[in-house]
Amino acid sequence: MIRVQSEAFDAGAELNAFSNRVAGAGAVVSFTGIVRDVTGGLSGMEIEHYEGMTEKALAAIRADAMQRWELADALVIHRFGRLEVGEVIMMVATASKHRKDAFEAAEFLMDYLKSRAPFWKKEVTSDGADWVASKDEDEDALSRW
Amino acid sequence: MQVLYFAWVRERIGVPREEVETSAATVNDLVAELRAREERYEAAFADTSALRVALDQELAEFDAPLSGVREVAFFPPMTGG
Repeated sequence: MIRVQSEAFDAGAELNAFSNRVAGAGAVVSFTGIVRDVTGGLSGMEIEHYEGMTEKALAAIRADAMQRWELADALVIHRFGRLEVGEVIMMVATASKHRKDAFEAAEFLMDYLKSRAPFWKKEVTSDGADWVASKDEDEDALSRW
Repeated sequence: MQVLYFAWVRERIGVPREEVETSAATVNDLVAELRAREERYEAAFADTSALRVALDQELAEFDAPLSGVREVAFFPPMTGG
């Protein structure tokens, strides 16, 4: 399942619901991304996205993961709009019969949605706001798959 | 065709989307046409290596043909996750 939304969500409740849906899978891995204040001056984050393409890109990345690994299901939830420090930005969860498949697929989903899903983060501080620059290491991370 | 801009590209150009009448054969040709329009386009497209393009919501290269394309989007490298 893919969800793109501005509303906050409860990552724990989503993970429980996901785990219940794939009860026979045996292994569930999840990752939750949270707005963090690295420099000490962050007041929040604004996330812009390309409505339409975002959903298509995430569905394609998920379908790719489902094909590469033996998965019972994969979940991606990603927010857009204004987020405060400490709020959940996104989560992925994967379910498989095998631990290795679940871990690898979750990492693959994270690597691809960082640089292939059309989201752009802007950090808001008391001094103003700046677009987050992409990192070469994020692009390099794709080469291992 | 509809041309969309996101993140700092949108801020530099000043609109999120616009209808553009063009006979450009490729994305590069369209970029050249836009750059010739006004300073704000020149500023946004000065370094296309810092930009990405999507054609009908699929990532593409700047030398890709535009025939049949209805929606072109320009944006900086994505920063999801």
